[in-house]
Amino acid sequence: MSAEPIQVETDVLVIGSGAAGMYAAIEAARAGCRVLLIDRSLIGRGGATVMAQMTVAVALGAEAPDHWRHHLHDTLTAGRGLCNEPLSRLLCEAGPACIKEMDAWGVGWARKNGKITAAFAPGHDRPRCVYVDFLNTGPAVSKTLRAVVHRTPGIARKGDLCVVDLLKVGGEVAGAVAWHAESGAPVAISAKATIVATGGLTRLYRRNSASTNMGGDGYALCLRAGAPLIDMEFVQFFPIGHLAPRLIGMDPIMWDPFRYKLGGRLLNKDMAEFTDRYGVPEDGKYVITRDVGTYAIIKEVEAGRGSPHGGAYLSFQHVPAEKLREAFGPVIDRLAANGIDLTKMPVEVAPIAHYHMGGVSADVKMQTEVPGLLVAGETVGGANGANRLSGNAITEAFVFGREAGRTAAARVKTMKAAPATNGAARTTVDLIRSDPPKDMPNSAAMLTRLQATMSDDVGPLRTADKLRRALDTIDDLTTALGDRPFGDAGAFDMQRLDWFDLRNMLAVARAVVQAASLRTESRGAHQREDFPEMLPQWRVNQVIRLGKKALDIEQAPASHTGAALEAAAP
Amino acid sequence: MSETAILKIRRGQSKTDGRWETHAVPFERGQSVLDGLRWIRVNKDPSLAIRFSCINANACKECMMELDGETVYACTARLEPREMTLSPLSNKILVRDLVTEIAPPAERFAAKEK
Repeated sequence: MSAEPIQVETDVLVIGSGAAGMYAAIEAARAGCRVLLIDRSLIGRGGATVMAQMTVAVALGAEAPDHWRHHLHDTLTAGRGLCNEPLSRLLCEAGPACIKEMDAWGVGWARKNGKITAAFAPGHDRPRCVYVDFLNTGPAVSKTLRAVVHRTPGIARKGDLCVVDLLKVGGEVAGAVAWHAESGAPVAISAKATIVATGGLTRLYRRNSASTNMGGDGYALCLRAGAPLIDMEFVQFFPIGHLAPRLIGMDPIMWDPFRYKLGGRLLNKDMAEFTDRYGVPEDGKYVITRDVGTYAIIKEVEAGRGSPHGGAYLSFQHVPAEKLREAFGPVIDRLAANGIDLTKMPVEVAPIAHYHMGGVSADVKMQTEVPGLLVAGETVGGANGANRLSGNAITEAFVFGREAGRTAAARVKTMKAAPATNGAARTTVDLIRSDPPKDMPNSAAMLTRLQATMSDDVGPLRTADKLRRALDTIDDLTTALGDRPFGDAGAFDMQRLDWFDLRNMLAVARAVVQAASLRTESRGAHQREDFPEMLPQWRVNQVIRLGKKALDIEQAPASHTGAALEAAAP
Repeated sequence: MSETAILKIRRGQSKTDGRWETHAVPFERGQSVLDGLRWIRVNKDPSLAIRFSCINANACKECMMELDGETVYACTARLEPREMTLSPLSNKILVRDLVTEIAPPAERFAAKEK
């Protein structure tokens, strides 16, 4: 191997090719920029978007009269007082334009009588969630954006590029250094603007609803580059992730759209409805929000009333077969192939890590504190506060992606050339090339151990003791990881990939655990069993920076106030 | 005694001098072949190269390989309590073990040409 990394140069580097990354690439290219869109896996196939079988919240007013202010009101309410109000507003206000643009691009939103139809989802005051039948929202969104990316001049697409570090030159981000998985070679990419759109951190948890490439790498990249993270303690669990019987070839969050359409009954081991015990009677309708639903199922299991595999039953047995067929379409056959007949049996569901409300701190232009570094989609923290409203994730991917693309293009116009980066890349290039240490623990087993402690000790219900135990495990794993990558540095070296992933995942896990330890109250997705009340003095966002030796965490008053909520009121 | 699946896996970085490796994997009804391969990485050998993103949803389309000579997605092929032979796609360029070059040419970074 030669001493120098492969050099690549572009105007705008977009890291991650989910909806946010693809929308950002399209927007920057439309403004005349040369764009390099990279992904650690295949382009437009990994990440969370392609897995999103659910719905997209937007105040189109197609189903019932609506206004983005109503959507904002519901978003702020769901966020339990912690939303970054300007970001929430941007999400709601710009949502309709993006949804219409996606429609023009042929995504195929479900229609009734020629008009885009919308489903009602918990937390919304009216039907507001558009979708693509059947269970096809995410795949259709991915496919549509892939096609537009493909035909937009100026966008180069390259997969199997796993970014190891962002490049920093003179206090600004000037691109990234990637490990090319297929060859093992280091690649230095210099860019006038860099957009991180790598999604969230759900892979930190054993049971999760996203791809293996959602290990929080974007958070770690930005943190190491000097950008602060915000709200890292707020991990959203999706209450009714599929648990049993084992279902293959299907996404575990697939039950939600059917609850929107058919209600469905959430039952304990005695086949009795139980959500009323936790303040939300359902009566066959789907009204329970994600934080409360998660809490109710976990508490029911703890009380010894869970289903055999440790969750709750979800039953559609009261729904006639022809109505099931109408709502589920061909999915009924895929379920049958897995031995599931919904007219005869319930399935088991349990909370599953689904989305991260926290992320990189950014303004409404998607700029972080570090010049040249932008973020988009789930990587952005703050728009959803302590608990995300159903359907806001894809909307924020579109809106924040589009905004990041615009801001990047504006920055590119002010710059003559991409900054020279050779010297700045050196440390990371050496890391990518370095010989492995003599002793290499099983990297895949280390990942499993991290997921176990995050699930068992940093799940939806937390205590000081559990969080301390998690931190001990993170310390152990960090020591075991050391500072030299495992593996042989050759082609598709999975141990080296695990090592780079663990380096990021451990940094991000530490941020989650430390923020959760400090927040001695319960709010939204962060529930402390030792501090069960929501406290007014905790109406603050926790901001995390990488200090010299440890993470520095400070508390800043939340931006959204009662007045903002009132102004947004219908 | 609990049942096992015997996974016979083609390994190596070239089609001409590869080797076969066999692992016994605890079998549980309803599992996928990918579940078995992931079990091997965690419990036996983390160097086994496989590619996948979505694990279970059949959305990423990365886990294509050959099972007993037939092209399958490892995430939808069911694990069975018998010997199952796994090899990389024979019509694609081999990268390592069960990983082949599956990305469209325009989306593949060409490290060697630069």
